[in-house]
Amino acid sequence: MASESIALTTAHDVPQPIGTILHDWVVTVDHKKLGILYILYALVFLVIGGIEATIMRIQLIVPHNHFVSPQVFNRMFTMHGTTMIFFVAMPILFGFGNYLIPLMIGARDMAFPRLNAWSFWLTAFGGLLLYFSFIGGNGLYGAGNAPDVGWFAYAPLTATAFSPGHSTDFWTLGLLVSGFGSIGTAVNILATIVCLRCPGMTISKMPLLVWLNLVMAGMVLLAISPLTAAQMMLSLDRFLGAHFFDTLAGGSAVMWMHFFWIFGHPEVYVLVIPAFAFASEIIPVFSRKPIFGYPVMVAATVCIGFVGFSVWAHHMFTVGMSSYANSFFTITTMVIGVPTGIKIFNWIATMWGGKIILKTPMLFCIAFLFQFLIAGLTGIMLSAAPFDWQLGNSYFVVAHFHYVIVGGILFTLFGAFYYWFPKMSGRMYNETLGKWHFWLFFIGFHLTFDFMHVPGLLGMPRRIYTYEPGRGWDIWNLICTIGVFFQIAGTLGFIGNLLWSYFNGKAAGNDPWDAWTLEWSTSSPPLEYNFAKIPVVKSRRPLWDIKHPEDPDWNYE
Amino acid sequence: MKTGIGPGIVEGQTVVREIHHNSQRQVNKGRIRWTPILLSGYLLAARPVFGNPEDPLQMPNMFKPQSTPAHSIFDLSLFVLAICAVIFVIVFSLLAYSVIKFRRRADDDGREPPPVYGSNQIELAWTVIPALIVLVLFLATARVIHAIQQARKPPEAIDVIAIGHQFWWEFRYPAFGVVTANELHVPTSDPSHPTPTFITLLSADTDHSFWVPRLAGKTDLIPNRVNHMWIDPNETGIFVGQCAQYCGTQHAKMLLRVYVDSPDQFKQWVQQQAKPAQVSESAKEGRRIFETTACINCHSVSGTVADGRFGPDLTHLMSRDTIASGAATNNSENLRMWIHNPDAIKPGSLMPAMNLDRRDLDALTAYLETLR
Repeated sequence: MASESIALTTAHDVPQPIGTILHDWVVTVDHKKLGILYILYALVFLVIGGIEATIMRIQLIVPHNHFVSPQVFNRMFTMHGTTMIFFVAMPILFGFGNYLIPLMIGARDMAFPRLNAWSFWLTAFGGLLLYFSFIGGNGLYGAGNAPDVGWFAYAPLTATAFSPGHSTDFWTLGLLVSGFGSIGTAVNILATIVCLRCPGMTISKMPLLVWLNLVMAGMVLLAISPLTAAQMMLSLDRFLGAHFFDTLAGGSAVMWMHFFWIFGHPEVYVLVIPAFAFASEIIPVFSRKPIFGYPVMVAATVCIGFVGFSVWAHHMFTVGMSSYANSFFTITTMVIGVPTGIKIFNWIATMWGGKIILKTPMLFCIAFLFQFLIAGLTGIMLSAAPFDWQLGNSYFVVAHFHYVIVGGILFTLFGAFYYWFPKMSGRMYNETLGKWHFWLFFIGFHLTFDFMHVPGLLGMPRRIYTYEPGRGWDIWNLICTIGVFFQIAGTLGFIGNLLWSYFNGKAAGNDPWDAWTLEWSTSSPPLEYNFAKIPVVKSRRPLWDIKHPEDPDWNYE
Repeated sequence: MKTGIGPGIVEGQTVVREIHHNSQRQVNKGRIRWTPILLSGYLLAARPVFGNPEDPLQMPNMFKPQSTPAHSIFDLSLFVLAICAVIFVIVFSLLAYSVIKFRRRADDDGREPPPVYGSNQIELAWTVIPALIVLVLFLATARVIHAIQQARKPPEAIDVIAIGHQFWWEFRYPAFGVVTANELHVPTSDPSHPTPTFITLLSADTDHSFWVPRLAGKTDLIPNRVNHMWIDPNETGIFVGQCAQYCGTQHAKMLLRVYVDSPDQFKQWVQQQAKPAQVSESAKEGRRIFETTACINCHSVSGTVADGRFGPDLTHLMSRDTIASGAATNNSENLRMWIHNPDAIKPGSLMPAMNLDRRDLDALTAYLETLR
């Protein structure tokens, strides 16, 4: 493409011995390589977490099944939840952020490249520490294995009286370590966005992805800190006989819940805001229109960022808070639906009047809009405290948050993979295989998670390794489990597509989507320094301005 | 710690299967046999869901409320569902319309569509309208929150203390001197002369949650904390539920049954439960075993030396329909199995295997069966 004014770089491959290449990847401080490391690392854990989910679904396929023991089942849901949140979702989103943010703001790297590497390796070793529990959890008295206290590890189940051995310690320390990694990355993203934007890129001209990651990074700083504090208190309880959460000695179980959820709920927005970011880049390009209502999208995100910190106790409607506290957390939770709704309307308005190109990345984003709408509406139902007294901790909740995390976040992530794969690898993915992936996963997702709402409405609590027949839950559980196999097939298609395309895909060129943000102005994959010459921008869509000099965006913004 | 399925458990599973096979209608036969399951079992299992339920009481369906708190929640849920349904239809239609109408056609001329950067009027509209909807939803919700949580307690109310244990329920009626386990008995409440049951919720160990969907929403039982809830069922019957807060290995089989009796039946039940155990001479040997082994460390039988508090009170064991917190029907076969090897019925339960020989086991079972 014609963008001499911005960059003039070409990829040139010099073959190197494999040892040198591996060494380069380990010691690298390049934001792109670290981004890819984050993503690959998370993909490995995605497969592991997926296997754990499959084991649970097979166990629940019929009532009184004996596929696994209750102990194994409890470990599976603990490890599945912990893995998917801390070692899949966060690293994969950080990976994309790492890769894309410097490229989108016309910078040569992150603000602190060494901190970046340090953060990645902390996260990586945090995950390994957690998984070492399968071997090493067998601590004192030979009790324990992998943790089995659930991913929110309510006190006092985590006290040594109820969880002897070291299983819970691996959980605590694994999250503590990776939490420091998350804080490092958040600091880095903030500093990069604030300090390293190219000339002309005022904060009102940043791509939405950059804006949303800025909000996400700020939330990580505020949200991870209480989690870290809570993990330290729990460790003090377990090792030094402190009594923060030890109810046998007068500690408070409810305090743990507050600490955990004031991390846990903002964490949902930490994960979903980068997903919004992907949708905000992909939908305009594939509708061939600029994003509708850019300032409102930014304002809505910032609003979510603030209000997101005042809703945490809606996870605790059943712990016996006063009616006034329950009312407060009901209204804050409902209010957050307003900016979220605004975002959905703006995405639809972006598509309205466009020319929508139904390629794989866009298919995933459209499915995201549909599913996130439903997830938001079930969220409204759960926000009504009395309704939550029935639905809370049931399979309805499980269905709801999988609708957010799989239907919302994972779908946009898949879209992001297909959208930026040409940039990261220099090759196009296989469109046919991509569509197969989409439809298989879409069908599997809906089989599993649509029907999962029903047993919740019929009184099935979550985290049970088996259930009684004759309660009307059987058929729904069977359908949920069948859906899992479609999802597995879809995911295999995805991984196969990545591998096949990496070796056999067509050359992508710099700008396969005719897109508008700066990462498409440099080579695919970009060279280490990203841009031969630091670009200068005048609008939110710099490549549009170059391609349409007769009608540049800055006339309208 | 057992990580897999040991030989002992496999043996036990066979027995559990027989228990269920013998005692009640049973769809699943344990091991997964795919074809028959797919062809027959699930059609049977599906039937209750699609109407013509064989035993509607066994379905803890929140949309069939039988008590005021559950009723108020049901009414609120219909309101919330209706609003959500309307929002869904509108937004989904907009989304579907724009995808279909504005997709790029095969004969596209390759020109870019006209750019639109935004509109303050439209943004204002879709900010204000949802905000108004939220306000309405909140007011409706707040009303129900206060109605349920701040309900006045009439002097005729029945008081029950429910204590959650790993993995069973203790129910105490301080006014009647009654202690029982896992099966809560309450009287019906006549709206003209209400006798609701107010339940104080405590925990002896980890967090639990009391959830009987047809009677009320769930409330947690948390150590070092006192929680409250109330129910006023208006029809007799058995209402099932179970622990709804993960509490450890056997969270899944911490089942819960609420028996709603007519006021007369309830009075009779209380009188019967308040009596000390009637021990017959025939079970002397079993009683000796019970009182000289570890049984009495955990279990109480009022009127005898057994006064343990870790396990369920057994004074009127045979008046209950189930054992092991609803995990098995209360019959002599299961009782024997439960004493012999609790893991066979509920792997991971805190009841230890008593390692009695056959003769002692029979005698002990016979003794327990006299505790009516």
